[in-house]
Amino acid sequence: MSALLDVQGVGVRYGDFTALSDISFAVAEGQTVAILGANGAGKSTLLKAITGLLPPAQGRIGFDGLDLAGVPAHRRVGRGIAMVPEGRRLFASLTVEENLLVGARSKRSGPWSLTSIYEAFPLVAERRARRAGDLSGGEQQATAIARALMSNPRLVLLDEVSLGLAPVVVKQVYATLPRIAAEGTTVLVVEQDVRQALAVADHVHCLLEGRTALTAPASDVTVADIAKAYFGVGVDDGDSGHDGVDDEGVVP
Amino acid sequence: MMDLLSGVTPGALLNATVQGVLLGGLYALFAAGLSLMFGVMRLVNLAHGDIAVLAGFGALVTVQATGVNPLVALLLVVPLAAVLGYGVQRGLLTRTVGPSPLPSLLVTFGISVVLQNILLLGFSADQRRLPSGDITQRSVSIGSINVGVLPVAIFVTAVVLLGGLSVFLARTTTGRVIRATRDDPDAVPLMGVNPRHVYGIAAAIAFASVAVAGVAYGTTTSFTPSSGPVLLLFAFEAVIIGGLGRLWGTLVGGVVLGVAQNIGAAIDPAQQILAGHLVFLLILAVRPQGILAGRRAVTA
Amino acid sequence: MSAWRVVRGGIDSVAGGGLLVAAVVVFAALPLFADTGTTVRFITLFIYLVLAVMWNLLAGFGGMVSIGQQAYIGLGAYGLIVLADQVGLDPFLSIPIAGLLAGAVAVPVSFLAFRLVGGYFAIGTWVIAEVARLITVQFNQVGAGSGVSLRALAGTNADARNELTYWWALGLAVSAIGVSVLLVRSPLGLALTAIRDEPTAAASNGVDVTRVKRIVFVVSAAGCGAAGAMLALSSLRVQPDSVFSVEFTAFMIFMVVIGGLGTLEGPIIGAVVFFVLQETLGDYGSTYLVVLGVLAIVVVLFAPRGVWGLLGGGGRVQGFPIRYRVLARKEQP
Repeated sequence: MSALLDVQGVGVRYGDFTALSDISFAVAEGQTVAILGANGAGKSTLLKAITGLLPPAQGRIGFDGLDLAGVPAHRRVGRGIAMVPEGRRLFASLTVEENLLVGARSKRSGPWSLTSIYEAFPLVAERRARRAGDLSGGEQQATAIARALMSNPRLVLLDEVSLGLAPVVVKQVYATLPRIAAEGTTVLVVEQDVRQALAVADHVHCLLEGRTALTAPASDVTVADIAKAYFGVGVDDGDSGHDGVDDEGVVP
Repeated sequence: MMDLLSGVTPGALLNATVQGVLLGGLYALFAAGLSLMFGVMRLVNLAHGDIAVLAGFGALVTVQATGVNPLVALLLVVPLAAVLGYGVQRGLLTRTVGPSPLPSLLVTFGISVVLQNILLLGFSADQRRLPSGDITQRSVSIGSINVGVLPVAIFVTAVVLLGGLSVFLARTTTGRVIRATRDDPDAVPLMGVNPRHVYGIAAAIAFASVAVAGVAYGTTTSFTPSSGPVLLLFAFEAVIIGGLGRLWGTLVGGVVLGVAQNIGAAIDPAQQILAGHLVFLLILAVRPQGILAGRRAVTA
Repeated sequence: MSAWRVVRGGIDSVAGGGLLVAAVVVFAALPLFADTGTTVRFITLFIYLVLAVMWNLLAGFGGMVSIGQQAYIGLGAYGLIVLADQVGLDPFLSIPIAGLLAGAVAVPVSFLAFRLVGGYFAIGTWVIAEVARLITVQFNQVGAGSGVSLRALAGTNADARNELTYWWALGLAVSAIGVSVLLVRSPLGLALTAIRDEPTAAASNGVDVTRVKRIVFVVSAAGCGAAGAMLALSSLRVQPDSVFSVEFTAFMIFMVVIGGLGTLEGPIIGAVVFFVLQETLGDYGSTYLVVLGVLAIVVVLFAPRGVWGLLGGGGRVQGFPIRYRVLARKEQP
């Protein structure tokens, strides 16, 4: 399988602050990859770099063999990259259906249309005439995912879809992912909820303070392994005693 | 004071109200563009009235050069205004869109000064009027009131255009994209939409609609290169009286303003504009959110 | 004793202060060796300076763009005529009084104007200015639409009158600068910066945003009123269309934008630049205004900090002692 998304040595800065440093990974077509990490680890920054909202200071992002450098954000949807942004970001004064139609503006050919979306997401179909700003968190999340799918992307990025949602709602949202993967769509999930992410992912990539702390197939890691990478305990942190204090006597 | 009011008969009041309503349609058309630009990009265009005057002069030049009537001249002036709007927005104003209102106010005020003075250099300060043929003479009698055909035609045009704009925003793809950009300009690139392009479209629509209003105005009232500011004030007053954020609100606002002005004129012809201003200030004082109260009040 | 001390000034503000004092001394002595024509021209400069400082106070520090300050210029001008001719006060003393009266009018106006924000606030101030003009011309006592002349100074010696007018104008300009420096230096100035940067945070830190804005609004109106009174005194006549003209706003915007919005030094530089341009190109009427307009647009888009910003000011260099610097206190033995 060739890589659909190829991230090589990417670094991103906000002014003087380095948010990402030397991030490299590849995502094959049809895979579901989870990017994990605590707040501030750089997960959203990585997605912004991929969608073009933030230019990388170093490195290269390749999609379907072509370098994305210089391609502005609003042209990347047409190439096949769609994002479900953090916080849903639905257009509040538009109805659900109108939100979906806006999502279809750059649509490519593919299985998703208003009809098939409504079939796959009955919750969204029920709410189609409602003002998006009036929906509950879970309904908004489902709508946001549906909106991203309307462009028939090859790669869907989901940015912290569990944020602000009750656990039972999060389960419902994640139940839709297999349906998306079944169409052959490549999925990149950014998450803080480790268990949920492990349940859907083929491969995980854990970030800590802007750097890669762990990268492995999902079947090869346990929640405990990830927790260590998540919090910087154990893997590669200069703390060989694993007691929370590094080898120079400083608490990281 | 009683001297003032003695000239005002019920018939005169009724006539003033009718004229005011008709005038209100025109004011609403002036207001639509101002309101659209503010709604989509939070930008108040202080040169708004001057664009109307520019269109008036554009129509004048066309009419003088080709002999067609102003209605036909619109076919040339309106597309040019739209292109100008897109160009000005993307060329000059796009940098000024942001959290602070200062840069856009300063730049559009600058544009207003430059435009007025260029027109003064080109056309002098003489009063101008667009010829409208004998339609100005024709009127219809309804009961005791004489209603001019031209004001009615303008009112109908204005309402039709406002309705068209409303339908455009509500039903078309572009209209939907404009509303989406208004809601969240940072999320809209994820849908393949360039917000700067959308701002350009909004400005094009605003300039085109105010151009129609300007040409219509020019057929009923004489204008000079310095007529822009007073038109800006009328557009603004119609927006605020009607209530922010609603297209039909500007129609209500325009009508209230038109009626206030005409009743004021019936009392004393010299006080037409002052009457409008005073009614505006009164509404600002007692119902600042406007008559068709929008979801948000005007205050911070 | 704390290891730190806060210093407001520095070598640059001492230099700036010295420069200002020297300038004032030179200007004060001017009438003694210059002819009346020159003296009268400088009166115009001082009036421009007051207007620039006052507009900058409102927009640059207060964050409120007004295109209607001409309301107070006009009210101040008419106020002077009324105070001097009809109430019988000394015309020169009437200048500050007219200013205060204009400021007093601004208080109830602010309640109305503050119902609007941003661009709509700006247009609202213009409507108010138009109302001020339209109401003023109702009164035959002040000549209705054709205006009125100042009679209180009729028959006085022109040269002596011009000299006295000149010194009052200089005093007014110095006071305007002084008031703005003191205001910005004070806790009110700090509140203004907080409001400008982040109004919600400022409010939650106990800053009464509306009260602070109202104070700035009223002070700016009073300053413009005094400038208007000065105008009436020096030209001996007021005409409603010229004294309530929006052209004043155009000039104020130009001066402040070119000089440097939001700095104390900016309006001074801007007034000087404008004065020079006015003297050299003013006769070219509309062409001149087009040039001014284009220049202002270019500066806003490409050099938003104005001339003072280009000279390095507004940041590390300041002409007036208003910033706060925390320095380490020298070690105590």
